[in-house]
Formats: sequence, C-alpha cells, structure tokens
Amino acid sequence: MSILINENTRVLVQGITGREGGFHTRQMLDYGTKVVAGVTPGKGGETFEGVPVYNTVADALNRHEIDAAVSFVPARFASDSLMEAASCGIKLLVEITEGIPVHDMVKVKKYLDDMGTILIGPNCPGIITPGECKIGIMPGNIFIPGPVGVISRSGTLTYQVVDELTKAGLGQSTCIGIGGDPIPGIRFTGALRLFSSDPATRVVVLIGEIGGRDEEDAAALAEALGMPVVAFIAGRSAPPGKRMGHAGAIISGSSGTAQAKMEAFQKHGIPVAEFTSDIVQLVKERMAVISNAD
Amino acid sequence: MVIHEYQAKGLFKDEGIPTPAGYAAETPEEAKCAAEKLGGKVAVKAQVHAGGRGKAGGIKLAATPEDAEKAAEKILGMSIKGITVKKLWIEEALDIESEYYLGITLDRSNACHVLMASKKGGVDIEQVASDDPSAILKYPVHRHLGILNFQVQDLIYGLELSPVQSKGFTDIVLRLWKLYRDTDCTLAEINPLVWTKGGQWTAGDAKMNFDDSAIYRQPGIEKLIEIVEEDPLERVARREKLAYVHLGGDIGIIGNGAGLVMTTLDVVQKAGGRPANFLDIGGGANAQVVSNAVKLVLSDPEVRGLLINIFGGITRCDEVAKGIAENVRDVRIPVVIRLSGTRENEGRCIIAETSLIPASGMQEAAEKIVSLVKEGGS
Repeated sequence: MSILINENTRVLVQGITGREGGFHTRQMLDYGTKVVAGVTPGKGGETFEGVPVYNTVADALNRHEIDAAVSFVPARFASDSLMEAASCGIKLLVEITEGIPVHDMVKVKKYLDDMGTILIGPNCPGIITPGECKIGIMPGNIFIPGPVGVISRSGTLTYQVVDELTKAGLGQSTCIGIGGDPIPGIRFTGALRLFSSDPATRVVVLIGEIGGRDEEDAAALAEALGMPVVAFIAGRSAPPGKRMGHAGAIISGSSGTAQAKMEAFQKHGIPVAEFTSDIVQLVKERMAVISNAD
Repeated sequence: MVIHEYQAKGLFKDEGIPTPAGYAAETPEEAKCAAEKLGGKVAVKAQVHAGGRGKAGGIKLAATPEDAEKAAEKILGMSIKGITVKKLWIEEALDIESEYYLGITLDRSNACHVLMASKKGGVDIEQVASDDPSAILKYPVHRHLGILNFQVQDLIYGLELSPVQSKGFTDIVLRLWKLYRDTDCTLAEINPLVWTKGGQWTAGDAKMNFDDSAIYRQPGIEKLIEIVEEDPLERVARREKLAYVHLGGDIGIIGNGAGLVMTTLDVVQKAGGRPANFLDIGGGANAQVVSNAVKLVLSDPEVRGLLINIFGGITRCDEVAKGIAENVRDVRIPVVIRLSGTRENEGRCIIAETSLIPASGMQEAAEKIVSLVKEGGS
C-alpha cells in the first residue's frame, strides 16, 4: 500500500520535450513509471522515448487513460498548464517548476480546489512510491519500500534523510515533497491525513523548515489523528527577514521561526530530531512503541 | 523584495492614495532645501529597510529648515539594525487627529490575500496582534473577485468611522488593493493611516514588499531596487543568480537545495562554528555555476574555511567536483567536501587528486571544518 500513486498510476508529462522534462521523463521510465503520454504545444504527433506527444492535454486524454500529470513547464506558463490539466479532469498534479508568482498560485489553488484536484508542489521534487512509481526528479536508487511515510518541504534534504533511513534498513511507503513555496498545493496536514488512512504506513517523518505555520498545524493534527510522527526542522540558525533560497523559507517578525515549530511539535508529544542523523533512532523508537501496543 | 517608504509613497501618489508632500534627500543641504520648499514644520525620516526606525532615533521633527539640516546631519550615517542611513525623506509634519492601521498581505495558511485594519494605528502591529488580536479586523480577499464593497462597509462600521471619514476611506482601501494586485505585492501597509485635524486622510508611512518570482513582469518595480543598500557580496550573488545570504561568520558554506544548506548551517553552528553565509547552488548546477559560487564565497575576506555539502539528485557530483577543483588550486584555507548521490564515485575521484579534504557525511564534514578553522586561528 501507499498514498496517491502506485504501480498502476498512468502519468502524463507536461513539457515532455523540454530540457528538464525530457531528462526526467527518461529517468521516470527507467524507474518503471507508466508514462503514457506527453504534451508540448506545437509538437503533437511526435514521440519522445516511445511516448506519444500531443499539443494539448485534451488531445492526450482523447487517446489515453491518465491518472496523474507532472509539469516541467516554465514558471510564467506553469499556472495555465496546471489549470489546463485540472479542467480536463486529471485529479493529481505534480508541479516541479520553481518561481511561479504567488498571485498566480492564489488563483490556481482556488481553481484546483473547486475542481477537486490535488496538487503536489510547486517547486518540489515530486512523489515516489518506492519500487512502484516515481513522479518527479528524485534519485530513485536511494529509496526502498517499507513502512515509513515521508513528507518534506525540501528536496535534497529529503534525499539526505531518506538515504539515512534506507541505510538503516527503514524503507518508505511513499515520499512526498510538498515544495518550498509560500502557497503550496497539498500541505503537511493534507498529506498526514492520507498517510493516517494508509495501513502500510506506520510512522511519518515530517521534514519542515522555517517560514509559515504549516508545521504547527501539522503538529496539532498528528496528535488528533493519533499518527506516529517524527519531525525535523531546517533553519535554526537562519536570521529573520532573509529569504533562505526557498520563497517560503523566511522568518517574518516573530512568526515562522524554527524554535516556534519545534515547540509546537513537542507540545503535541511529537519528538523532534536535532540532527538528521537522529531521525533513524527516533523512527525506531516510535515503531517499537507501536509494536508493543499491538 | 522591499522598497523604501519614499518609493512606496510615490506609488501611492500615482495610484491616487493621499500622501503628505515630501522630498528625498541625501545630504543635510538637500534636507534644508526640501524643508524650505515644504514650508513650516517637517519630519526628517531615515530611509532604511529595517523596522523600528522611530525608536532608533531615525525620525525627527524640525520646526525650521535649519533644524531640518541639523536633524539630517544626525540621522545620515546613523546605523539602524546594522544598516547605515544614506537617504532621507523630508515631508510635511502632520497635524494628527487619529491614527489607524490598514494593510493587505498574503495569508499563507489560507492561501489567499487578507485585508486588515485596526483602530490601533501608529504602533507595532505585531505587538497589537499578540496583545489584543481582536483589535485587528481581518477580511479574506476573494481569490477571483478581489475586495468587495460590503467588506469595506463592514470595515467602516468596525473602525467606527464617521460618515465624513468613510467616503475617502473606501477609496483608499480599493486603490490600495488595486495597487497590491497590479504590482504583485506580498505586503502593502499604511501604518499609520492618519486622519488629520484638518479632516483629511493621508498615509503617514508606507511599506511595500513584492514577490521576487513576479519581478519579470513588473519592470516599474524592478527599477526601484536600491542596489546601494544591499550587502556587496549579495549584490554579486544577485547578478550571478545565486541564492546567497551573508551571515558574517568565518566558515563559508555551499550546498545544493535550500533545506540541505539550512541544515548544514545548523550542524556547523552546533559543532561550534560560525557560518559566513548561506549559498544554495540550486538544482542541476553545472561546473560553471559551482565555480562562480566558490569564487563568491572565497571573496568574503572573513572566510577562513569552506564547507561544501552536496547530495546529488538532479545535480551531478562530478560536475560539482570539476567546478570546485578548478578554483581551489591556489586556495590557502581548508576546504572540506562531502559528495553523495548521483555520480558520487566519479566526483570523489576528481577530488582525490586535489588538496580538498573529503568527508563521508554531513556531520563529519561539519566537525572537520570547524576544527580545522579553529586550528588555523590559534
């Protein structure tokens, strides 16, 4: 079991013939992902690595059953491509692209919510169910199947944590990168709800960072759901008012500090790892508690 | 991206939001001249990208042009939260009857814009928010329709404005929203919004932040970026399109991905070191980008050691290694490098032929660089 995607998920790639889109389509195909169609306006009728390319999402849907779309479309066209995919009825979208204007995302999010579409990202590594399906840009070889769910606002930090989990023999059910933007699609809370109803996920590792208050919301929800969680927060030494790479990673005034987030987790009984290297041990402890309770 | 009060007031004026008459000045003489043109009492206000100007002594009232000149002499060159004052805004002093707060900003939690107003204007609004949250009225802005008239009506009753105050107020709210929407703002704030003894609304202060991701379609705003105030190293980084923040310590940090770099800073700090900077080379960086990043960090005269932490996904370790190897041949400070992920073995082979010090994990890398920098300093 897993959340959102599995071995049967059929994927459309928006921007399949671009530099990033092309490279990662090959990587996804190598991983075993069922990439069934691609879209690049003006290149309809061509094929890419054996995958048929269409001018529009509607054209692709006329010929294929599609469960999810992933977009590598440049930032200034990305919001339109998301709404195109949603309007055609695709229910799961993954937006890799970084730098989509915030005002655009406010409108897109409303549009997608109204359509009942789930968005992962933007500015994220994507989602992977190890051994079954990878939709995104993460290095597939560091993941192994197992009982740990991972939700993260950061890309490479996820790889760091997953690498440590995998080396300790702790596989993952699904890993989902929600992205570092101020207005994300699915948030920690939404992903936590999905994991809490997945029988294969026994513990969730939640990788947060400074900025916003999504981690605080997630802390309260995890307790309410009774979902075992181990948390980590990046950016303890970040100064206020400076944007640390991610558009969302900024401490404004007294809100969004790592301290406030760590306190929120502790208040709700969730252990917070001081270093990424402490995560494995905390996950093992949480699993031991659950096993004893069984 | 942030702009100064005087620049925001310029945008207000163009939008038809009332502002006090004023002039920018960079010398005491210019301040005096501005005060002469304005006539009467003026306020001399430091223009810096930092809050708490008033408390720091960055705002002074002056009754005569000579007083304005003296006030300018005191404020120019003053340091406010580490930023040197280089520019002033001289404006007519206001005869204040009452002060309000009016702002529009991004509400991240609810994924919408939010209109906020309070009768408690002219004070630190964050303080009001934590002491007495009910004193701030909030209205979510409709994501497709914008601010609606009935919301402004509600606000007028909530703030207990008089009929004579209401008309001008509605106009200011709607114009502020239009400006916010059209310029890809993430914060547009008037604090205080002043009702004068003469029965006029005017913007006592003006604060605007903009979305960096939308600057490409806001040429009018891009022009307002004041390079002079930026840290010189951050200015180079902006030109090279590197995500760099100067932190002032002595251990340079380079990594790929914002979260990983932030974590590296935390680990270095915990190990007893002081990070000199945050530098994220981003995803898929080639040797040239890496080379630029190394040069940038090494150009910081405070840096006495460099830590490079790479977990390759899109980014290939051998590309990173090439970019670094080219730049560190003549470097006399210790450089510790950790390479994991995509093409790590190829990357490590390149590193093996250099004076770089390899580390197998992030923790080990941080401990190595901290102890090497300490040895070097003793």
